[in-house]
Amino acid sequence: MLRSVIDWLEDRTGVESAIKHFLYEDVPASAGWHQVLGSVALFAFLTQVFTGMLLAGNYAPTPGEAYNSLRYIVTELTAGQLMRGLHHWGASLMIIVVVLHMMQVFVWGAYKKPREATWMVGAVLLLVTLAYGLTGYLLPWDNRAYWGTVVTTQIAALAPGAGPYVLRLLGSDGGSIGAVTFARFYAAHVLLLPPLTFLLIAIHVYLVRRHGVTPIPADEALPKKKFYPEQVFKDTVATFAWFAVLVAMAIAVRVPLGHVADPTDTSYIPRPEWYFLFLFQTLKAFEGPLEIVGAVVLPTLAILALFLVPFIDRGKVVRVRERIGAIALIVLCVLGWSALTARAIATTPPSTESPDAGLALIEPWQELPADQLAAIGAFRKDNCGNCHVLGKSSAGPDLTRAASQRPTDWLMQHFKQPAPNVATQLKNPELRGLAAFVTKRQDDAVKAWSGAPQAAVEGAMVYQANQCSACHKLNGVGMQTGPPLNGVADHRNREWLEGHFADPSKFSPGSTMPAYKLSSRDLDRLTSYIMDIPK
Amino acid sequence: MESTTTRRSFYSAAIAGLGGLITAALAVPAAAYLLVRPKSQKQSDFVPAADLTQLTVGKPEEVVFRRTRVDGWRVLNEKSTAWVLRKDDQNVVAFAPQCTHLGCAYHWDEKENNFLCPCHTSTFSIDGKVLSGPAPRPLDRYVTRIDQGKILIGSEIQKA
Repeated sequence: MLRSVIDWLEDRTGVESAIKHFLYEDVPASAGWHQVLGSVALFAFLTQVFTGMLLAGNYAPTPGEAYNSLRYIVTELTAGQLMRGLHHWGASLMIIVVVLHMMQVFVWGAYKKPREATWMVGAVLLLVTLAYGLTGYLLPWDNRAYWGTVVTTQIAALAPGAGPYVLRLLGSDGGSIGAVTFARFYAAHVLLLPPLTFLLIAIHVYLVRRHGVTPIPADEALPKKKFYPEQVFKDTVATFAWFAVLVAMAIAVRVPLGHVADPTDTSYIPRPEWYFLFLFQTLKAFEGPLEIVGAVVLPTLAILALFLVPFIDRGKVVRVRERIGAIALIVLCVLGWSALTARAIATTPPSTESPDAGLALIEPWQELPADQLAAIGAFRKDNCGNCHVLGKSSAGPDLTRAASQRPTDWLMQHFKQPAPNVATQLKNPELRGLAAFVTKRQDDAVKAWSGAPQAAVEGAMVYQANQCSACHKLNGVGMQTGPPLNGVADHRNREWLEGHFADPSKFSPGSTMPAYKLSSRDLDRLTSYIMDIPK
Repeated sequence: MESTTTRRSFYSAAIAGLGGLITAALAVPAAAYLLVRPKSQKQSDFVPAADLTQLTVGKPEEVVFRRTRVDGWRVLNEKSTAWVLRKDDQNVVAFAPQCTHLGCAYHWDEKENNFLCPCHTSTFSIDGKVLSGPAPRPLDRYVTRIDQGKILIGSEIQKA
């Protein structure tokens, strides 16, 4: 049965003989482990295509929405974090394997006649791989993505003569990064580059087949081997090892997701992906009018040299051991690259933003204005919950079911004296805050009502009692005489904040904020509370 | 010859085994990623839709209210409607506004005293039962609650 189906397919399409032709290709006797990297690179690309398609299925490619949908992927979807991990680390590991592949071909001298075209197509494939890295970097739309791309486009703008046109092509006319830049990067990443990659890989593999796997000298006399099964086995083992490393990284190493891109955040220090750090460092060595040398001239010359390798070195194919010059050059390049990268890491100050800032789950109370959280504090302080049990009707009505319809006067009186012979300790501002809260509260406030940690609630009460909102804005409420307080923990630490309350002008010269003498408990609660309010 | 055959079959088995492992390691998470429901598709709570006293007993009214709905990564605050029938002072029924046949919007036909769907002329009684037409089941209902004279409509839909 199966045989007849295969026979029919073979007769009509020739697919069986095509596969056999592919698998039983002759390879030289010397073929082996050193030639597995091309297959691994191909597999790496296919993995990226697969995980990329899955990510695209839950991703909204517009600024802002992109960040929200990515956050949805990693926090709400089963295996979403894993998929993003596979795609993110897959990109890095693909760069590594592509570069190793190129280094192997270089050391063995496999680019020599008649394989010059194979090498040149390979060099273009390397550039395409890097283009994926550049365009993909923007797609999470967090601060890292945004500011990294700002720098990239500014470098592109330095190209003599072509600069403004390159910027316009990238949708960044005038140097700003917005919806158009995002669309261009996304279109390049998922629509332009993949078909181009498939085409180039097809040409690359066709050329490898046309000229055969590169033999070593004296190999020609030995009987040939077949590609299948021995070499396919070695390729599969190497691919599996690569894949195992990828899965381990995707599971164990969390992919950063910072705060959503904020073009007004002047404190963010951008840095490129690790494989571009050496360029970033090279750039630092050239200042002023020489900047163009580091940004444009040197990289262009390097790419040109790489592309023309087969024409620069035109000697006969020799044994690897005799290629001292090539090995020395590779070692020199690796050392230079490592030194520049290490220097870049050492000289860049650590990011003020936690790499996981965007992954922290935000509780409803963290988004509630301080007056409402303080009202919850008043409710708890005077044991209102004894009669008004949250979530079920008891001695008093369940206040979570619907907002109170009572007039404010009635509520104020009720809070002062909830029952005959029962009086509360609440002060007038607290009574007013509580009355406003029970009549106006939204769904999120109801969740915070039972869920907010007591320490935070007390912090909000200190915040209200000291009228911080008279000068500061927090969660959308308050004046803007002083700086807004959302996300203050991103650029201030605890010691700074505590010291600042006691003596503001010592910490921010020129500050008009009065000093606050708080008890150590209040100071602790207030500081913790403010530091817990996200951007 | 023997050893060559053994080696060949070992290679083939290893290729199939490792290839299978890679495929499974990609396919299983991919299936989970595409098929498992998102973790916290939080059902939004009951929202007030109308005052009980606005409605006449025995006459269905189309009530418009706003509710917050989670749509993937977006949280929408959108207009929603229901056909609400006040039965007495304690009980109301809120029908979801789509016909159970193919989801068209139906309306209350005052003259005929029934719900009529204009698409394929399904008709439903005031209790939502199918009177005629292709509708396969009675009208779907929202869960409801009455609190201090307010009609609260939940997000859950009950199918008969």
